[in-house]
Amino acid sequence: MNALLQRYGEEIERVLAKYPADQKRSAVMPLLYIAQREHGYVTREQLDQIAEILGISSTDVASIVGFYTLYHDEPGGKYRIQVCNDLCCALRGSEKFLEDLCRRLQVKPGETTTDGLVTVESVMCLAACDKAPMFQVQSHNEISYHEQQSVDSAIQLIESWRQVNGK
Amino acid sequence: MNEILLRHREINNLDQLPIYRQHKGFETFKRAITAMKPEEVTEIVKASGLRGRGGAGFPTGTKWSFIDKNNWPHYVVVNADESEPGTFKDREIMESNPFQFLEGVMLCAYAVSANVAYIYLRGEFWQLAAELDKHIEYLEREGLLGDKLFGSEYTLRIHTHLGAGAYICGEETALLESLEGKLGQPRLRPPFPPNFGLYGKPTVVNNVETLASVPLIVERGAEWYRGFGTEKSPGTKVFSLSGNVEKPGNYELPLGATFRELIFTHGGGIPGGRKIKAIMPAGASSSLIVADDKALDTPMDYESVPSVGAQLGSASIIVIDDSVSMDWLINKTVHFFQHESCGKCTPCREGTYWMRHLTERIHLGAANWNDVILLNEVATNIKGKCLCALGDFATEAVTSSIARFKGDFENKLQAASVDMPAKVGS
Repeated sequence: MNALLQRYGEEIERVLAKYPADQKRSAVMPLLYIAQREHGYVTREQLDQIAEILGISSTDVASIVGFYTLYHDEPGGKYRIQVCNDLCCALRGSEKFLEDLCRRLQVKPGETTTDGLVTVESVMCLAACDKAPMFQVQSHNEISYHEQQSVDSAIQLIESWRQVNGK
Repeated sequence: MNEILLRHREINNLDQLPIYRQHKGFETFKRAITAMKPEEVTEIVKASGLRGRGGAGFPTGTKWSFIDKNNWPHYVVVNADESEPGTFKDREIMESNPFQFLEGVMLCAYAVSANVAYIYLRGEFWQLAAELDKHIEYLEREGLLGDKLFGSEYTLRIHTHLGAGAYICGEETALLESLEGKLGQPRLRPPFPPNFGLYGKPTVVNNVETLASVPLIVERGAEWYRGFGTEKSPGTKVFSLSGNVEKPGNYELPLGATFRELIFTHGGGIPGGRKIKAIMPAGASSSLIVADDKALDTPMDYESVPSVGAQLGSASIIVIDDSVSMDWLINKTVHFFQHESCGKCTPCREGTYWMRHLTERIHLGAANWNDVILLNEVATNIKGKCLCALGDFATEAVTSSIARFKGDFENKLQAASVDMPAKVGS
């Protein structure tokens, strides 16, 4: 039995109902978000499971994971801090913010803290250009925006995660 | 003025359905369904002169009238993939004035006889999509969405669909591919979406701001709407102001307001005693305008901005002060486009990659004039050779900065001691 269907059967049915019956493939992106909840990335087995549900090949599903930046095919920190470092944010201090944050966490952009909790990433425009420096946090099951940030406020947020996760 | 799109700044709690209904919300939709033919809605929008707010400025009512009436079903797809660096207007509209936006989607769907509409949001708008889902459920419970609306034969459902981080999906045919569960890569056109859109069916694709303009146009009439803006660019527009400016943010102004009014009257001018150096009126896709008096006094509408060598686009005004050197700036924009190129067309895929090498080298001071010449040539060779506009967009800041801010490159490359030939950038 397909493990994803077993665990999220009802939710998957609701997703499929959004699209015409002969256009199931449209559900590949929502299904990938559901799969990613488990481990924060999409496993090989899950690619096969999604392919089976939608009647497409595992390679088709993998190509979607590779094309879009919010899907991951390998483990990262439980929380991915994705700092917008595009032009508009950079004009308002995001480069220094990213550098200082990385120094405080002793990581380089793209790396994960030694406790495995936080991955810091430098990303493209997040449509919050008037509220720089800003980042979004991608965790297994949601994405949240954090705007007008300082390194201190970001560290405070990370400390709250450490407490919740007993690190 | 927050007359139309940002009305929520004047009316408290407009994001709550009862409050929106107190302000005549959904009365227009009900009137359309019970007392108007679909074409009549299209005619009003046509007469209003509303033009697409996503960047292209195509007349909205005309687009709706193109929908193929011999091929069914029809779809409406909302482009809520707002990803252009410098653009953050659709997010505020959907967050704070969601029901006006949804009513616009519903009026559009009725006008083109579509029974299903999809709202394609960029994946980062995860929380916003969850909110919209709740609003849509609420509308279904209230009988404003669903089967046989207001006792008519008309049925309408709206679904949200989250992207997952790809700028290219803001291009309408790439968006449709993505919604079909494929890679977000643009299609060869023609055929255009009103003939061959989602699942190969006639489809209208409109931007969030465009649709949010529609309810008040249908309620109050085309003449009322034409009371704002200019003859050829009627109405109001949300200008997203960012960069080196005191008060960045969204400002709703009539089309035709000047750059000076936006940047200095509303935006509070340039911080830190700095001087304004350049303006990018259409986000990172924009040419760089030299911010002299002539440019500052130019009206921001679809016809006037080209007179100073740029486009209005989505009206994402990025202000650049005199501390910024253009070699740094184009390294940023080219990095963006290289990252976001979908890889389908060779000139864009390879061209943005080579431009990135060159801008990086120039920015690090490890280049000479030949590199600047080569950069300009690579950019020129991308232009006009791709299926969509992304390749062209990647070159605008590059070629315009080399032509208009030559001094920045001269300063950077002084050490290379090779004179810049006069032909560069001309």
